[in-house]
Amino acid sequence: MLHTSGMYRRWPVLALWLTATAGLALFSARTAYAMHIMEGFLPPAWAAFWFAVAVPFWVIGFIQIRRLVKEKPESRLMLGLAGAFAFVLSALKLPSVTGSCSHPTGVGLGAILFGPFVMSILGGIVLLFQALLLAHGGLTTLGANAVSMAVVGPLAAWGVWKGLQGRLPEDGVVFLAATLADLLTYVTTSAQLALAYPDPVGGFVASFAKFGAIFAITQIPLAISEGILTVLIFRALRQTAATELKALGVQGA
Amino acid sequence: MKSSTWILILLAILLAILPLFLVKDAEFGGADGEAEVAITEIQPDYKPWFQPLFEPPSGEIESLLFALQAALGAGALAYFFGYKHGLRKGRENLNAPD
Repeated sequence: MLHTSGMYRRWPVLALWLTATAGLALFSARTAYAMHIMEGFLPPAWAAFWFAVAVPFWVIGFIQIRRLVKEKPESRLMLGLAGAFAFVLSALKLPSVTGSCSHPTGVGLGAILFGPFVMSILGGIVLLFQALLLAHGGLTTLGANAVSMAVVGPLAAWGVWKGLQGRLPEDGVVFLAATLADLLTYVTTSAQLALAYPDPVGGFVASFAKFGAIFAITQIPLAISEGILTVLIFRALRQTAATELKALGVQGA
Repeated sequence: MKSSTWILILLAILLAILPLFLVKDAEFGGADGEAEVAITEIQPDYKPWFQPLFEPPSGEIESLLFALQAALGAGALAYFFGYKHGLRKGRENLNAPD
């Protein structure tokens, strides 16, 4: 792990940046609602549209999981791990510098391990659980919330992982992948709300700026938390499950 | 554990705690309700067309269910790492000359 030592020296810089972000947010403190779209809050046409976007990912993900379990039964344990990680992280509502709460998504890890399609299933299960038992998110908005958290987020993580792997220290790539997946999840949520509720004057752009500005600031510290937690669990995996990582084709293990 | 691992754990904890002290007089609500406000600002006549099938009857029950979700996930994670740890220990013991 010698080659990653340079990365660790950069953490103080990150901490400084965090403090600066927090300070900035202090002056613009406002409440936000950085969570999934609530039940019944997307007009039926938009709800249907987002289901149509999500379904192909679910279908491919389902086929991939079936094949994976058949060809590599030992990967079931890792699938459970990826799902469990998303389960824990999306249950943790954390306070943010805007004075409101939101929660991380936990989808970055699974996307790195299994790719975006498999993660669309695991993320969908988490969302379904929360919609049915917690009145958090919703059944009619499940498609839209799945597109943000279980499709766009994992796609971002997977893209960063594939694109930067080998070019940066591995911990750094895992951090960026998970952080970006978390952030883009909520950027997508803002876009979905802005599409359904364009500003009467400024249209989609004004509405997106309104939703997005609130979302971004609330979610930044949480996205960083998610990045850190994903690096931690990835390190633990490298130590205890190197064989499984290799079997899944996750390089550098 | 590597020292950088401890630093990362500390950072994650700080990130969760600092906002509580940095932002005074904040409610730290999940504020799903405030989304309603923002949406009705843009489109005053919107009525949600579907209600949740089940809503936790109180904040206590809701936090119970969230805790259950976190506990289930954490339990699975602990099982995974405990299982892996045990496998490795077992292998080491098997190879160790006695």
